[in-house]
Amino acid sequence: MSAVVAVCLVLTALAGSAVVVTGEPERQAVTLSVFGIVLTVLFVVLQAPDVALSQLGVGAAIVPLMVMLTVRKLRRRK
Amino acid sequence: MNRRTRALVFAVAGAVLAAFFVAAALDMTPFGSGFHPYRDLAIPAAVKHATANVVASVNFDQRGIDTLVEETILLGSVLAAATLLRPVRGEEERRIPDVGRILSSTRLLGYVLLPVTIVIGIDLVVHGHLTPGGGFQGGVVIGTGIHLLYVSGSFQAVERIRPLTPYRIAEAVGAAGFVCLGLATAVAGAGFLANSIAHGTFAQLFSAGTVPILNGLVGVEVGAGVVVLLASFLDQEILVRTGSPE
Repeated sequence: MSAVVAVCLVLTALAGSAVVVTGEPERQAVTLSVFGIVLTVLFVVLQAPDVALSQLGVGAAIVPLMVMLTVRKLRRRK
Repeated sequence: MNRRTRALVFAVAGAVLAAFFVAAALDMTPFGSGFHPYRDLAIPAAVKHATANVVASVNFDQRGIDTLVEETILLGSVLAAATLLRPVRGEEERRIPDVGRILSSTRLLGYVLLPVTIVIGIDLVVHGHLTPGGGFQGGVVIGTGIHLLYVSGSFQAVERIRPLTPYRIAEAVGAAGFVCLGLATAVAGAGFLANSIAHGTFAQLFSAGTVPILNGLVGVEVGAGVVVLLASFLDQEILVRTGSPE
């Protein structure tokens, strides 16, 4: 395992833990997005560019955006 | 079940899972080794059908039915989300004025990146059988790219380029096209979704047989699906509750 892969794996573990320990959903959307980008880098390093592209679009953009919009809607209704 | 019992159940289950997980991990092929039986089968199969991007070959040629089912799952999810998020009785649309506190740099970036993103998305779809990318990735990029206009702060502009009916139709047409192509190859006698049309020259734009066609159909379906999905969420922004629901 090369050093780059090892660094990316550690970063993925750290970013994933950060998502779990983030309490409020709207902050979680941001950490989730960061986690998505870290995963994207890991996939690129592991030579899986196709998966990396999907991850970048879905994991780093669409899912956090949907979480954000949902939280905003719920907050306004209160 | 009180807290202590729950913790006990978790500890037992967790210990068993951890033991099996470690045992399984120790028995796996070492990370980064050269032993790849699936690769050794997938690459010759892709090259045989003149598909430069082996991943695209696996997705649309060697395992076309898996991809068809995945696209159907996406179609179902978008449909379900759109149904749940539709305006209900007691809610109505409210015109919101364009918000004025968006930084000009954000606005500029949104407008500049919009065409760039759309072109990248189309490129990903069209060259999906040659380079990394494909219908799904390209579709997602196009679908999100259109919403850069929202980041630029113009909800009205988003609504202008996004009358939803064509996107809903496009999503259905993309999904139906996938099935129809599969049926066509079956009727031609080659089997459902078999890559039986002319394969062309390896690494040329016109190559890989049915793969680029399926990529295009999936691109249309996913792109339209993402637009419909995000639109359902964004439209909640302009919905206000005017009365009590039933």
